[in-house]
Amino acid sequence: MSSPKTQNPFAIETQELTKVYGSGNTEVIAMRDASMQVRRGEVVALLGPSGSGKSTFLTAVGLINPPTSGRVFIGGQLTFDGPRARTNLRTYRRRHIGFVFQKSNLIPFLTAIENVQIALELNGQTSAAARRRALELLDYLGVADRADNRPSMLSGGQQQRVAVARALANQPSVVLADEPTAALDSHRGRQVMELFAQVAHEQGAGVIVVTHDQRALDIFDTIYEMEDGLMRKRQPQTNEP
Amino acid sequence: MNLASKDIRHNLGRFALTTFGIGMLLMVVMGMGGIYRGIEEDATLLVDRIGADLWVVQRNTEGPFAEVSRVPRNLVDRVLAVPGVGTSREFVYHTIQRERGGKLLRIAVLGLSWPTDKGEWTPLIAGRTLAQNHFEMIVDESLGIHLGETIKLGKDTYTAVGMTEGMLSLNGDGLALFTTADALAIQFDTPGEAVRLERAAREARGERYELALVQPTLLEQALKPSAELPAIAPPQLSAVMVGVAASADANRVADTINGWGDVSVYTRRGQRELLIKGLVDKVRRQIGLFRILLTIIAGIIMALILYTLTLDKIHSIALLKLIGAPNAVIMGLIMQQALVLGVLGFGIAYLIGQKVFPMFPRRVILTPDDLMQLAVVVLIISVASSLLGIWKAMRVSPNEALS
Repeated sequence: MSSPKTQNPFAIETQELTKVYGSGNTEVIAMRDASMQVRRGEVVALLGPSGSGKSTFLTAVGLINPPTSGRVFIGGQLTFDGPRARTNLRTYRRRHIGFVFQKSNLIPFLTAIENVQIALELNGQTSAAARRRALELLDYLGVADRADNRPSMLSGGQQQRVAVARALANQPSVVLADEPTAALDSHRGRQVMELFAQVAHEQGAGVIVVTHDQRALDIFDTIYEMEDGLMRKRQPQTNEP
Repeated sequence: MNLASKDIRHNLGRFALTTFGIGMLLMVVMGMGGIYRGIEEDATLLVDRIGADLWVVQRNTEGPFAEVSRVPRNLVDRVLAVPGVGTSREFVYHTIQRERGGKLLRIAVLGLSWPTDKGEWTPLIAGRTLAQNHFEMIVDESLGIHLGETIKLGKDTYTAVGMTEGMLSLNGDGLALFTTADALAIQFDTPGEAVRLERAAREARGERYELALVQPTLLEQALKPSAELPAIAPPQLSAVMVGVAASADANRVADTINGWGDVSVYTRRGQRELLIKGLVDKVRRQIGLFRILLTIIAGIIMALILYTLTLDKIHSIALLKLIGAPNAVIMGLIMQQALVLGVLGFGIAYLIGQKVFPMFPRRVILTPDDLMQLAVVVLIISVASSLLGIWKAMRVSPNEALS
């Protein structure tokens, strides 16, 4: 498998992605001809009302849900060609993609540090090395003091930071976030958004953030909007209220 | 990182309770096997320990353990005259039931061929073997008769001079060993009134015969005790036990005795097989089927528990898939929990069984072979029962982590 980090300027590239659910009278087009290019180190916001197709797009790029047609490239590697997978999706996700969701989505029976550690161990790191790296990340995100607490003992903001730590653990070339600040107050929300920007710029990762939060749009390099399954690009507006 | 152990620790109370339940179920399965072994051991204990190479029994019967067998006492001497026979002993065996201290006492009475057999072969745990021809007994501790204690059976009182352990009859009753004479006296004890009535009847019958009328002393003879009348045979034996001489061929000796028209002969192995096939086989099949049913039930319950545990983890499994965990990691999580459940359940079954089984009215014998066999079965049902959970886990889409 080629290394997505060195050979292609685009971390993410989608070409005319279309997703159709059902057929005949029950057919619903969730996404139509959605094309996007995200450079390494670029942070992209994806805006749109509920049901506009944002999550469908994100799951296609995250190699979870295949599109009905269109193509997905991650780091230049063709991953979906229409509904057909062109690589081992699970392995590819593990190595190259980090996910953050609206809810923190931590594994309840693991502690904060173990939630990060598991992502590293799944990628072949030894337990000791994974634990060191996980602790560094938690420290970087300001939750090292809660490393040995289970998710139920953490606040929403702390859980979200642990989830971010897990998403960044394997230094992914792509970070996908689906409304990651929905459960946070505006201050914490902005911190998380800034963190994504920092990761993108420092690690050269392509970041797509689905958000409703208009207050932090100044952080993003590019903004896409979706409505009724259609995607369009607009220029970032730094001081938008 | 071992996900199975992390999940178990997170749900420790629930897992412990589940394991305990499985353990109790497996204890029943283990106990059923132990009960069968106990019945088999009890059934063959005498045949195995009494040291007879051949059993001479009433013709066309299957021996004293299977049915009533009656052979004359002089058969002991006839058998002894056969070339190759080393020893010939009387065998008397019957069960009596008496009330003692307000409770029913069932005793399996075994006659020893005094003075050849004083009970040296019995596993004595206290006291001694028989030292006289009458009024002594060796008792099994399960009868609750203490050393030196006396008990009246029939018209005589017997003293417990020796104690054994684990000497039980086919029905699980404790064995008491007497001399053959005492065992027969107990078996054929007749109340004084019955003796008087029998003598009167004997006299009345005699008065009707001409011979008695012309020889009145015959009627006087008829009034004597039965044992003093040569025309009345003494009580019969259940069987004769034969010890074959070291240099002789047991089959050849058996063939010789089998040639007589009034008796049948079984080797020790033959008598053992008859016991197991005739008396224990139905119990074995019944318990065997019950064990199979219980094992299947245990498997189904384990499968449902593991399935439920998996359902509780569906979101975590979806999340693991989303972050790229291979199927082997998820399968390992479920299968390891199934194995821990099975292994701990087996351990609990064994430990509790060790405490509980001795309280059962009949012996429950856990043999290493049976335990090993059950352990393998538990491992198999653990793995099999995890398949339902694994099947469910494999169908989980990473999408479910987003819902």
